[in-house]
Amino acid sequence: MTRYQKEIVIKNAFFTLSLISIMVLGLIVIFLFREGLPIFREVSLRDFLFGREWYPTYDPPSYGIWPLIVASLIVTFFSSLLAVPLGVLSAVYISEIAPPAIKEILKSIIELLAGLPSVVLGFFGMVTVAPWLQETFDLPTGLNIVNASAILALMAVPTISSISEDALYAVPQDFKEASYALGATKFETIVRIIVPAALSGISTAVILGMARAIGETMVVLMVAGGAAAIPESIFDSVRPMPASIAAEMGEAPFRSGHYHALFATGIVLFFMTLAFNLIADYLAQKFKEVGSATL
Amino acid sequence: MSRLIKIIAVFMLCVVVAAPAALAGGNVVIKGSTTVLPVAQAAAEAYMKIHKNVNISLSGGGSGDGIKALIDKSTDIANSSREIKKQEMDLAKKRGVNPVAHTVAIDAIIPIVHPKNKVQNLSLDQLSQIYQGKITNWREVGGDNLTIVVVSRDSSSGTYESWGYLVLNGAKVTPRAQLQASNGAVVQAVSKNRYAIGYIGIGYLNKSVNALTVGGVQASAKTALAKEYPIARPLYMYTNGTPKGETEGFIKFLLGKKGQEIVKKEGFVPVR
Repeated sequence: MTRYQKEIVIKNAFFTLSLISIMVLGLIVIFLFREGLPIFREVSLRDFLFGREWYPTYDPPSYGIWPLIVASLIVTFFSSLLAVPLGVLSAVYISEIAPPAIKEILKSIIELLAGLPSVVLGFFGMVTVAPWLQETFDLPTGLNIVNASAILALMAVPTISSISEDALYAVPQDFKEASYALGATKFETIVRIIVPAALSGISTAVILGMARAIGETMVVLMVAGGAAAIPESIFDSVRPMPASIAAEMGEAPFRSGHYHALFATGIVLFFMTLAFNLIADYLAQKFKEVGSATL
Repeated sequence: MSRLIKIIAVFMLCVVVAAPAALAGGNVVIKGSTTVLPVAQAAAEAYMKIHKNVNISLSGGGSGDGIKALIDKSTDIANSSREIKKQEMDLAKKRGVNPVAHTVAIDAIIPIVHPKNKVQNLSLDQLSQIYQGKITNWREVGGDNLTIVVVSRDSSSGTYESWGYLVLNGAKVTPRAQLQASNGAVVQAVSKNRYAIGYIGIGYLNKSVNALTVGGVQASAKTALAKEYPIARPLYMYTNGTPKGETEGFIKFLLGKKGQEIVKKEGFVPVR
């Protein structure tokens, strides 16, 4: 076999492998739609998305997932409120300020956090955070929006931090040196030069962190409480979409209305994470810093 | 590479040899109630382990579907968490099917609260009001001035179905109710929360929570069997006439010592 032939073989092998993974994904999406769409024979799209009542096993059943959508959005919002400052600022510290020894330690700790299985974090939220919240604020339940958001933030921080750090690291050295040469302090350089230059990467990091939070299942199943009602306070229990799917799918009769409704909930979730990814992609393009290096 | 081929060859050989063997034995089709499903499943697995040539196929769908299938003669055993209705009986007779009930287990569900909760007893009506969200404070039922946190199960579980049927009479559980995905998770949630009330199958009760008496009756295997305890119901398997062949074998197995151990392990009260 000549070197040229080897080249062709390798090229085709890579092409086939990537084709397989794309095909598998495509088939999953087709399956998702095939199992989810039949619900719209029983209920209109409007009633499904904006219905206030989720009683899938009653007769007649109500398939309204509005409380579940609200729950997903609300825990994602509050978790990003916590995770974005923590993630971005820790990335700034690690990449720009920390001395090399501390930098290495911090980086590995954050990576360790990323490696924690979600069920462990969920269990922590359930047996440690929930009773603590309940005692401290004298609440009826510790399994609520605050608890779920805090645990989800803990999961999103490593994503946000490590991607932001890569973005900050990719800011060309020339930018910083030029800033210092003009007499700017370190703080001014970070705020006015480095962070704006890395903004596209940081936005991508934030959006991907939020996508991680909205799709996360185990944590919300364990600590969000699971009440399928629109919350009135941040200490109310909620049931985000993934929790509903995970809890009910196991025993929903095959190909029943309930089963299709759960798959349709999955479609809604799929569109939401897709939207997050498209936004991340768009931001990455829009704020792209054209210079000697970009991310 | 050659090792891989060997493994594949052995695997294929197994399939070829095993398939006719499976076909040679008896087939039993079981359909119906999701409440009975876990027992039927565990029993079927145990039975197939002993009788290697028997193939049992299981599906849920609810008691109504099971009985419908029995009347259509498309199943050998219909699982049911209720007695057969009169119309169903009439229809069955018309089609020449003779449904025979076998009580295989008793489903008893216990309301539980935090050990520090002063409330020891609730009437069936009070429980119903609490789960519908009409009673919202423990003070209204003789406890401290605390909000009631209602803990329920995911809507497709059999325990949820039984609770809805026996306590709520089909009324809807309040949407503010918390959801837990298993009996164990309900115990965990209630044991950590003095505001909470939950319900579990009798087999899951432990010392971390306090079991309430219902209308003054304590739940136990004895009171459930005597029909004194109100939140209990027998679980049935219906067959067409007296069971024969492998169907008979399976029902005998389930009613025997090993089968009833499975019943207990799945959180139900054994019938003997």
